[in-house]
Amino acid sequence: MEHKRLGLIVNPIAGIGGRVGLKGSDSLDIQQRARMLGAVPLAGERAASALELLLPLSENIKLLVPPKEMGETVARSCGFNPQVIQTSGLTNKSLAPFPIGRGEGGDETTPEDTRCSARTMQEAGVDLILFSGGDGTARDIYTAIGNNFPVLGIPAGVKIQSAVFATTPRSAGELAAEFLQGKGVRLQEAEVVDLDEDAYRLGQIVTRLYGYLKIPYRREVIQNQKIPSPASSAVQMQGIATDVIEQMKPDLAYILGPGTTTRTVAEQIGLPKTLVGVDIITHNELLAADVGERQILEMLEHRPLGLIITPTGGQGFLFGRGNQQISPDVIRRVRDENILVICLASKIAALLGRPLLVDTGDYELDHLLAGYIKVITGYHERIIYRLISGS
Amino acid sequence: MKPINPKPSPRRYHQASWDEPVIFELSQPGQRGVLLPPVETEIEQEVGNPAQMLPDQLRRTVPPALPEMSQVHVLRHYDRISQENLGVDLNIDIGQGTCTMKYSPKINDQLAHTHKLTELHPLQDFSTVQGILEVMYRLEGMLKEISGMDRFSLQPGAGGAAIYANICMMRAHHASRGEGKQRDEVITTIFSHPSNAAAAKVAGYKVITLYPDSEGYPDLEALKAAVSERTASLLITNPEDTGIFNPKIAEFTRIVHEAGGICSYDQANANGILGITRAREAGFDLCHFNLHKTFSTPHGCGGPGAGASGVTEKLIPFLPVPTTEFDGQKYYLDYNRPKSIGKIRPFYGVTANILRSYAWIMSLGADGLREVAEIAVLNNNYLLKKVLEIRGVSAPYAKGKRRVEQVRYSWEQLTQETGVHSEEIEIRVTDFGMHYWTSHHPFVVPEPMTLEPTESYSKADLDEYVAVLNQISVEAYTNPEIIKTAPHNCTVHQTQQEPFDNPDEWAVTWRAYRRKTGKK
Repeated sequence: MEHKRLGLIVNPIAGIGGRVGLKGSDSLDIQQRARMLGAVPLAGERAASALELLLPLSENIKLLVPPKEMGETVARSCGFNPQVIQTSGLTNKSLAPFPIGRGEGGDETTPEDTRCSARTMQEAGVDLILFSGGDGTARDIYTAIGNNFPVLGIPAGVKIQSAVFATTPRSAGELAAEFLQGKGVRLQEAEVVDLDEDAYRLGQIVTRLYGYLKIPYRREVIQNQKIPSPASSAVQMQGIATDVIEQMKPDLAYILGPGTTTRTVAEQIGLPKTLVGVDIITHNELLAADVGERQILEMLEHRPLGLIITPTGGQGFLFGRGNQQISPDVIRRVRDENILVICLASKIAALLGRPLLVDTGDYELDHLLAGYIKVITGYHERIIYRLISGS
Repeated sequence: MKPINPKPSPRRYHQASWDEPVIFELSQPGQRGVLLPPVETEIEQEVGNPAQMLPDQLRRTVPPALPEMSQVHVLRHYDRISQENLGVDLNIDIGQGTCTMKYSPKINDQLAHTHKLTELHPLQDFSTVQGILEVMYRLEGMLKEISGMDRFSLQPGAGGAAIYANICMMRAHHASRGEGKQRDEVITTIFSHPSNAAAAKVAGYKVITLYPDSEGYPDLEALKAAVSERTASLLITNPEDTGIFNPKIAEFTRIVHEAGGICSYDQANANGILGITRAREAGFDLCHFNLHKTFSTPHGCGGPGAGASGVTEKLIPFLPVPTTEFDGQKYYLDYNRPKSIGKIRPFYGVTANILRSYAWIMSLGADGLREVAEIAVLNNNYLLKKVLEIRGVSAPYAKGKRRVEQVRYSWEQLTQETGVHSEEIEIRVTDFGMHYWTSHHPFVVPEPMTLEPTESYSKADLDEYVAVLNQISVEAYTNPEIIKTAPHNCTVHQTQQEPFDNPDEWAVTWRAYRRKTGKK
């Protein structure tokens, strides 16, 4: 095995809220309450479980870590001799939105430390960044380095909605080892999804799609990727895109929802796409990028619109999660036959029979939309699938 | 004399490993298996040089790049790699669900190998091939009785070819009514054989797939949402690959007929319903059998399979040519059928398998066929009971109900509790000299395993298979590493499936392998 460099970032307080029933750990208030309730951070322990599987390769792996609890401590305790990168100098504590933890020496760590570490590792050209945390940590990493750098999550947070985590810490270690050894593991984009924690604590589930990270992929060790596909998902997406483009009417403009499947449609036409936003396109040009509800409604004044949409997140929400720009008002003005729902067949199978959901915030509309819908799953391939109101 | 020690259960198996190279690597320039004698002078004078008689465009300019080997080296090579294989006659082959891996009686092979069949030429005069034509005609009659259809074609080379032929007939039917363009959608279900969707795609149709309802039955409401004036056909398997019989099947065909569609029955899973229920009574217009599944002939990988396409009266004109006819005195092939979809295979069809299935059905009779179905169902439900006693296995859907001839099980609980996946068990099973199959893609049943015991296996066989699955379950809970690192006693490898998506990383011919690896 040739020499490899691996970055490790531990979010020391990830998951602190979970064991004491606090549904997340994103705010200072929650962290303080969690500590009062006797919560112990688990991210380090989880990272150690993953690192153990990498230990046999330790002679060939140079480990890069942020100081102390953000990586150094666990790396040393597992028997690695890591190179410690500097982060503190780059963090302006007073400007940080909130502290996310307290290191051994009483140092507070913040989301900016995570972001800064990720950026430093990307610049250093490591082969892979392993991080131990939850959806919030995944979001920070995505913010820092975008969707074109190999990253893998060790599940340690309360919220594990994103598809960037291995199923267990050990399988994260296993997958990282295989990837670093070049054992036929390939990279693919996976969703970074996060809940709105304030709403979650009030008992509402409001997820947002924040972006995509590029993760090493072997189907059985990634959460929410339970289904193998005979052809790669990229090939299937191209089939879906070809079908959609064949159906697009020249006199219509189309609202193109967020997601990698919808992006393939834009790519095949040769247009740019806002990955987590909504664009308006025709069969040959981009009319408006990253629009909000008002712009969509303004567009509707000028020409009829169609809608190309894919379910977001792991739960199968068609409307109301991550695409709120496509509001009830907008949906009501698009004719049924001009709504094209697209989705990989493997994502439908991963719902394990659960119906697709719609939660537009408009009870009446949700019930109008509910029923059996046609989902485009490939070129000239459809699945008839049940859609119900999720509200 | 010392008594022989009793053998432990499960048996201790170890496969031969020969580390055998690819045959092309064994080639030695100049070696020959057969030395052909030179043409005698008087023969050459009489007929000339045969090579010169070939048209230029048919003559090779470069000799074929075949391996150069002696006979004994060829024989040794294939004997060795056959020992690194696992065949239907070697293991308890109940693990390849949906494929109906029943025993193919060897006497039927002897019939198929007799020179009376092997020495026939397809262009012989009909008067000299009355025997095989009679067999074809009579087999068609039996299949008509078994299914209730009005005619059959034995032309298709296998199940997928039969489905494709049925789709072509269905298309010709719609075209004859001026609805060919309008009807461009076919409907199938996710637990029907994917060959239905695949063949329809090849024929240019849009494919709509129905997902099951919460009980695992094909969803009638979804069907109602799917049918329209664009519906060309319903292509459905019943019982589906879950082993669940669709009790509303007659309603399915009625709804599709009302929309003007044609209903085509994939009878690949017919082994549990022979003599019990028929395609005609369920309202189907077309059906097909796999002779290599239900009627015991060897499967495709061990020689050609064979399919049989059945039609009701209104589709008879569209049958592929030739059909086998009898004018009261002699049998003949009829090519003069103006509305036919044409040829789908040269000459007679797979005659060796037509003869084998004919012999198989004749040896059983009508009552025997029903007994086949009853024992296949009995075996399956015995197996279901025993498998469900194994820790970590479940049989999703239709809770508390019995199944027809196969079951799609799930190891989901075992996976959650031990981290061991069905695809890993699939490899571990080979360490016991056995085999099992997961499921078609996508995996709608999580961590799937599909078993179909057929009528051929004894209770002791089923118990032995169950003992192996049980052993592996125990290993998963106590020593999962032994499964994760399998195989230990077998020559299969842990395959990396990722490169399958990338044509640069695989080759199906030696020439492509050399090109893609840059090897000379």
